[in-house]
Amino acid sequence: MLRYSLKRLLGAVPTLLILMTLAFFMMRAAPGGPFDTEKTLPPEIQANLDKKYHLDESLVQQYGRYLWDLAHGDFGPSFQYKDYSVNELIATGFPVSLRLGLSAIAIALIIGVGLGTLAALRQNSATDYSVMTLAMTGISIPNFVLAPILILVFAVYLGWLPAGGWNGGAFKNTILPIIGLALPQIAYISRLMRGSMIEVLRSNPIRTARAKGLPERVVILRHALKPALLPVVSFLGPATAAVITGSVVIEQIFGIPGLGRYFVQGALNRDYTLVMGVVVFYGALIILFNFIVDLVYALLDPKVRYG
Amino acid sequence: MPLLEVNNLRTVFHTNDGEVYAVNDLSFSLEKGETLGVVGESGSGKSQLVLSIINLLASNGRTEGSIRFQGQELVGMKPKEINRIRGDRIGMIFQDPMTCLNPYLTVERQMTEVLMLHQGLDRSTARQRSIEMLDAVHIPDAANRLKRYPHEFSGGMRQRVMIAMALLCQPDLLIADEPTTALDVTVQAQIIHLMNELQQEFGMSIIMITHDLGVIAGISDNVMVMYGGRICEYAPVFELFQNPRHPYTAGLLKSVPRLDLAGSTQLHSIPGNPPNLLHLPVGCAFADRCEKRMDICTREQPPLQEVSPDHFNACHLESKNV
Repeated sequence: MLRYSLKRLLGAVPTLLILMTLAFFMMRAAPGGPFDTEKTLPPEIQANLDKKYHLDESLVQQYGRYLWDLAHGDFGPSFQYKDYSVNELIATGFPVSLRLGLSAIAIALIIGVGLGTLAALRQNSATDYSVMTLAMTGISIPNFVLAPILILVFAVYLGWLPAGGWNGGAFKNTILPIIGLALPQIAYISRLMRGSMIEVLRSNPIRTARAKGLPERVVILRHALKPALLPVVSFLGPATAAVITGSVVIEQIFGIPGLGRYFVQGALNRDYTLVMGVVVFYGALIILFNFIVDLVYALLDPKVRYG
Repeated sequence: MPLLEVNNLRTVFHTNDGEVYAVNDLSFSLEKGETLGVVGESGSGKSQLVLSIINLLASNGRTEGSIRFQGQELVGMKPKEINRIRGDRIGMIFQDPMTCLNPYLTVERQMTEVLMLHQGLDRSTARQRSIEMLDAVHIPDAANRLKRYPHEFSGGMRQRVMIAMALLCQPDLLIADEPTTALDVTVQAQIIHLMNELQQEFGMSIIMITHDLGVIAGISDNVMVMYGGRICEYAPVFELFQNPRHPYTAGLLKSVPRLDLAGSTQLHSIPGNPPNLLHLPVGCAFADRCEKRMDICTREQPPLQEVSPDHFNACHLESKNV
């Protein structure tokens, strides 16, 4: 198991390298630069800036330099947030996004699996249809519509929760953003869960379990849940990576100092190092979570474990 | 009192194309310790018949009529009550041992849960009993194998595990739905031999479903031949093989490959296909394929009548001869 894990993690290095290289050259290929403004800068200042950030070197030199720094765990200085390095930006933004994201995924997992199972057990009943309608709505409504509605109802009309702001991470301030992040995931997970549970309930092992006289509760929890969870686990890997790196929309609307906004701002500002930083960071997380998914698979499925 | 008494059983499936009649007005009874072989082609309703007995039909199916097991009516029984019978008084083995065990649980878990549920045993006693049962079905090194997962067993071994699991509570009735179909021939013979041996040891009744007449000959006391969801012939096994009266039974027997006549003869087959259960004919379901068809066959359902002691046949030829 340890050997397998090491091999998998080493295998991630080339993937990350390719990702990084593509991002590096695509970013440079985009027109404009980090210090372009409406006024043209005096040539001396421009030259000084270029020199400071090594933009006067050839692309290959810059690439080599970036690679060297990255190997030492240094994402470089941000071009836009002048006094911060990209490492610092990620280090302050990520814990915030992580906390919101993990809470949202945990809630989505519990509710999604519960609702999906319920719908599967009452297939084609009113319960089933209402859960699926709810899920379809959750998938269809974009979060830039959902979030303002949440604010309108819970902050403005009911006045129960603050409309936005981080407030040092006070619990009250996290509720609405977590709901905003969780709802679409609940929708996806419950649909996935319903589908796989229906299939599992029709399978031969479940018929055997019923033939043994096991009560329905045991049939579901002990015999059907594990296999039905497998598709959800596959979905959860990339979904978790995406959610814990923060949602641009949710963080903008609720004014949350997370990681998500850097994805868009970095790209708009041609903040080369910041974009590279978040891309590599996100890529590494995706790889990590897919790896975790495989470990969970092995935990759930004995055939994978011994295979 | 017979162990199992089925009267006017009808199993209907509601589908988008209409009602499908899988079992039609079927009656029979099974004595203690008796082995009943049920033969028929795919789609003759034999599997649905036994699934009806233990109430495991697909959700769009329903049963009418009466199934009395040890005097208790099973049709319309509450899930809680039927769960007390399933796995305890009635054990069941299915066709495909490769897919019928739960691949995510150890054999131990799958066996002990039956004993803990029905007999209230604690885990270690249940484990002990499971090991004894695996020994009884001749699985070597049972104590070790118990901790394994199903995919670590071969097909024949998995079917032995299934049999052991079905017999854990020493049921009064064992239902085997084509238990040997998915296995290769030598393993088939071992499994049949094993079932015979276990029946002598535990004294349970068996309903054995198969389309393999060789299997039937090897294990049954009585044979029920099904066609179109009905019984067409029912007789003690020796009598049926010696003296088949229904043209369908005769056709089936002729279709068995014979080694002693090898090379010289072409393999017999019954022309045509089994009837569509969605639109069963008014008359005899076999009429379309029958070599001895008469006018009355397409018009009227032949009644099941006793033609000699314990030998029943549903064919209009009987009425003509009488």
